[in-house]
Amino acid sequence: MGNLKEIRTRISSIESTEKITSAMKLVSAAKFRRSQQAIIALRPYSNKLSEIMRSIGDAADSVEDMPLFAQRDPEKVVVIAITSNKGLCGSFNSSIIKETNRLIQDRYANQVQEGHVQVICLGKKGKDTLGKNYPLMLSNEAILDKPEFAQVAAIAEDLMDKFAKKEIDRVDVVYNQFVNAATQKITVEQFLPVAPQEKTEGENRMKNDFIFEPSKEELFRTLTPRILKLQLYKMLIDSIASEHGARMTSMSKATDNANEMLKELRLRYNNARQSSITNELIEIVSGAEALNN
Amino acid sequence: MKLDITTPGQQLFSGEASLVQLPGLDGLFEILENHAPMVAALKKGKVKVQQRDGNTEFFEINGGTAEILHNNILVLAE
Repeated sequence: MGNLKEIRTRISSIESTEKITSAMKLVSAAKFRRSQQAIIALRPYSNKLSEIMRSIGDAADSVEDMPLFAQRDPEKVVVIAITSNKGLCGSFNSSIIKETNRLIQDRYANQVQEGHVQVICLGKKGKDTLGKNYPLMLSNEAILDKPEFAQVAAIAEDLMDKFAKKEIDRVDVVYNQFVNAATQKITVEQFLPVAPQEKTEGENRMKNDFIFEPSKEELFRTLTPRILKLQLYKMLIDSIASEHGARMTSMSKATDNANEMLKELRLRYNNARQSSITNELIEIVSGAEALNN
Repeated sequence: MKLDITTPGQQLFSGEASLVQLPGLDGLFEILENHAPMVAALKKGKVKVQQRDGNTEFFEINGGTAEILHNNILVLAE
């Protein structure tokens, strides 16, 4: 009988877990849809901006004093790790933390020893672990709940400012690139200095013979920080969509597992119940037999 | 001419306009119908949009870039 009761409590506990995971799955599905829309909404904007950038790209050679392009030996390094605030999303956070640690230990081992590696953590999970291991330059959790361009731009501006003043020599970003709902790609991207872009010759747009106001060089100068800000914003949005996607898949897996377990437990419960009934019957029948004799 | 004003987060304006005034780096300038193709850097300021029916609207932008091509104006604001 004890076994029966045990199974019954297990069944009810798994049932409630299943309820929670399936509710969380629905919630993250809704959030996922919203964050995916944000990605889609941003796409034409960023495409257009890089198109304009390409059409003035040949001005890059004539602009010399671009501090954001300066390749220096990385002495002081900043690593931005974008994670999530909440758990229950599979390996989403742990892989980012692992990758960040690997990056810092492999590439910036010397700088770490001198204490010249700082981290910026967007998301609580990253802050909780990475913030303990390395000096934390900045952390922001609220930005994930409501990603506002102005806030991201402020972070990017601050970094560009410090970079131009040579207070930092290199900035890398570790984040989950969004592929689709079930797949995220852990990506390490160089944020600063700006990697020189590949030349695309023969742009048919150039036929239009644009007037550049004030000048190509000036445009190039103002456009570069703008593109960087957008880049960081894009990474953040990507990471948010990935997070909800990861949570959705892991919750759906958890729900499936719970259902499977329930099925098995119910079978075992019924088996145990049946055998206990049989036992009772045998007892009654054999008791009655004994009295008759 | 067709005008679109977008920021990374949202679309501020999309529609027909007869006159658009933009805050260029070197000062305000206006765009009328059939303007030559142009790419311009914008600074923080107001975009004035005069619609066909004479209504005028203002949009606050925090710098940006404008592209004018074949009577399509695209303002990538911040």
